[in-house]
Amino acid sequence: MPETLLEIKNLKIEATSYPPGEPPRHVTLVEDVSVSVEKGKVLGLIGESGAGKSTIGLSAMAYGRGGVRLTGGQILLNGRDIRQAGAGALRALRGREVTYVAQSAAAAFNPARRLMEQVIETSLSHGLMSKAEAEARAKSLFAQLGLPNPDTFGERYPHQVSGGQLQRAMTAMALCPKPDLVIFDEPTTALDVTTQIDVLAAIKRAIHETGVAALYITHDLAVVAQVADDILVLRHGKKVEYGTTDQIINTPREDYTRALVSVRSIDHAEKGPAAPVLSVANVTARYRGTNFDVLKNVTVDLAPGQTLAVVGESGSGKSTLARAITGLLPPGQGRITFAGRTLSADLAGRTKDDLRELQMIYQMADTAMNPRQTVGTIIGRPLEFYFGLKGEAKRKRLQELLEQIEMGKGYENRYPAELSGGQKQRVCIARALAAKPKLIICDEVTSALDPLVADGILKLLLNLQAQEGVAYLFITHDLATVRAIADRIAVMFKGQVVRYGQKSDVLAPPFDDYTDLLLSSVPEMRLGWLEQVLAHRKMESAGN
Amino acid sequence: MRIPLSALLGMIFTGAFFLAAIFADFIAPYPLDAAVGGVWEGPSAQYWLGTDTIGRDILSRMIYGGQITIFVATASSLLAFSLGAFLGFLAATQGGWVDQLLSRLVDLVMAIPSLIIALVVLSVLPINLTVLILVMGILDATRVFRLSRAVAVDITVMDYVEAARLRGEGKGWVIFREVLPNALSPLVAEFGLRFIFAVLFISTLSFLGLGIQPPLADWGGMVKENKDALVYGKSAALMPALAIAALAISVNLVADWILSRTTSLKGGRGA
Repeated sequence: MPETLLEIKNLKIEATSYPPGEPPRHVTLVEDVSVSVEKGKVLGLIGESGAGKSTIGLSAMAYGRGGVRLTGGQILLNGRDIRQAGAGALRALRGREVTYVAQSAAAAFNPARRLMEQVIETSLSHGLMSKAEAEARAKSLFAQLGLPNPDTFGERYPHQVSGGQLQRAMTAMALCPKPDLVIFDEPTTALDVTTQIDVLAAIKRAIHETGVAALYITHDLAVVAQVADDILVLRHGKKVEYGTTDQIINTPREDYTRALVSVRSIDHAEKGPAAPVLSVANVTARYRGTNFDVLKNVTVDLAPGQTLAVVGESGSGKSTLARAITGLLPPGQGRITFAGRTLSADLAGRTKDDLRELQMIYQMADTAMNPRQTVGTIIGRPLEFYFGLKGEAKRKRLQELLEQIEMGKGYENRYPAELSGGQKQRVCIARALAAKPKLIICDEVTSALDPLVADGILKLLLNLQAQEGVAYLFITHDLATVRAIADRIAVMFKGQVVRYGQKSDVLAPPFDDYTDLLLSSVPEMRLGWLEQVLAHRKMESAGN
Repeated sequence: MRIPLSALLGMIFTGAFFLAAIFADFIAPYPLDAAVGGVWEGPSAQYWLGTDTIGRDILSRMIYGGQITIFVATASSLLAFSLGAFLGFLAATQGGWVDQLLSRLVDLVMAIPSLIIALVVLSVLPINLTVLILVMGILDATRVFRLSRAVAVDITVMDYVEAARLRGEGKGWVIFREVLPNALSPLVAEFGLRFIFAVLFISTLSFLGLGIQPPLADWGGMVKENKDALVYGKSAALMPALAIAALAISVNLVADWILSRTTSLKGGRGA
């Protein structure tokens, strides 16, 4: 008979929100959620932003972030209800029986102290072990988590290690006091896909070897499928579906779960090569005041009405390429030809038509729209600026654009803060479209969105391309997105294009090492994927 | 919208001061410079706040004095804000040598205490309202410049400003339509505070004899005229001093409230 470690019954979580200029409002964040975790098992909590996954996760240590109250139900940890526990009991519990791994390790570590001090801090403050014992345990955890030089790793400061290593160091911190339960709150979301797989493997191995139970919170079902035994699917603070990982992935019962499982399966037939609308030839660029090239001899072409996906991890020069094309960063060498004209290197030298026909959509729709302008002003300005539209003509065109982005009436007078994440990105698309461009540069436009919303945006972009014949330069680190939208692909690594061609060619073997690494790192929606990839890599490295 | 009590009190008092200043001619019981009573009479039913060093009604002089004090402070604050905010936004959006030139110039002015600069300038130039307003406005503009440049630097790195630049928008649109609306809240709160400093500054200048010149009255000048009364235990000098304090505190209460609201406005739509 397996022993139940954590049992949450009919949990209700409420909060008070203070919208500026309005009376305070009560909101129910989580309602009637019941789950249980057995010793040594991993429960995955999955849902889009605002689904209440982190809130439920933190409730396992009876903690609510600012103003959040656990108002109903029971949270039984090792058989006692911790929802009602006093401050002293909670202090003894947190960091000892239950520990927490946050999403952003860089923000969670104190930059002024060495890693070792921080990793063993809770073990010492709870009086669980002596300093020597704690350090020895930390070192063995470092080794377990695959960190380099485990004996001296702890002597470094947070800024001296990479993001993936820092995330593993935080996992070591959480495991050091030998807790019963660890809460992982989106531990790999902020990492590159190639780093994510290592951290994921390290976390999985550490969970397995220490026999600790875990709550694994994420919005990525493919990731959670690799580590969890059971999965709870949440939406708007309520349970959608709760079952074993196998059942959720292979035989989902609810529509919402089915949508989550089949996300990123947009099929896009690749278009053949054609004369380019944009050609970037031998472009080399560096930022002012630095002495190395962030773009090295980059050459790519893009045909009208097609999509060129630029793929690579952070720091590979993808966004810099966009800046060079838009004229924000004049290249040191090379030539950019657009719609038959050679573009001036810097922004000031470009004609109004150059600017109009080359539009851009940003990753963060939040910061890409002026919070003090209404949707009508945001989309209307290009109409006014490029085409001189006014009054009725402008209003009509605005309405057309809103319909094209599937938003319809009643949005002109709203401010960005009154829109959802997906709607914001749609407005940004409409703003770009308003200029009747030949090319839109899409800089990671779906990576800040929930998977289902991102899917909607990708479908919209594909429809618009079919209608308007606009070309996209699509910058992304996500290969699933690339499969869904690209006709051509350029893989970038350290400022260079390492692989370039039609989608079917780039995504077919034989691969170069980097493309292989990138492709095999994208989590797939099936059980056992992680093991398979790791085994494959081990075999290859043994073969070499 | 709930307004806290302190802000409400501040608004009532500030409003009362402004109304008294605007309608001085109708409210003041006696003319500005008529000797109507004895020297340094105490408050009475006839002279509510007593009389001054040559027997003029203090309440009437304070109402007329408030008119000048508030007018000079308002005008110089407006000048400081138009000039400082425009140059600050320009420096932030333009960057490069324009930013360097303006910022170093402002550093230069701020390195010398503004009271000393004002005293030197005013002892050379003829003293009249225009000169006073110009001197105070320009000196204060340096501080507004610093604030608005700092606020604008945070805004100009936002993608929406980049989007405007990529669209081909001119400097005017970027400054007035993209940056200004988002910088307004902290600037409005700052306006309240700078207004108080202007009141204190003009009062200081007048007290030192380089501000408003007799026969015109202003609060700082009235403290100066009546300061000897303190030696004899008379209240005459305290009345204008209290008015300065009351105005400063009430405007401060309002400014505090606006400032506390602006912190939650970042990125949001706000008031």
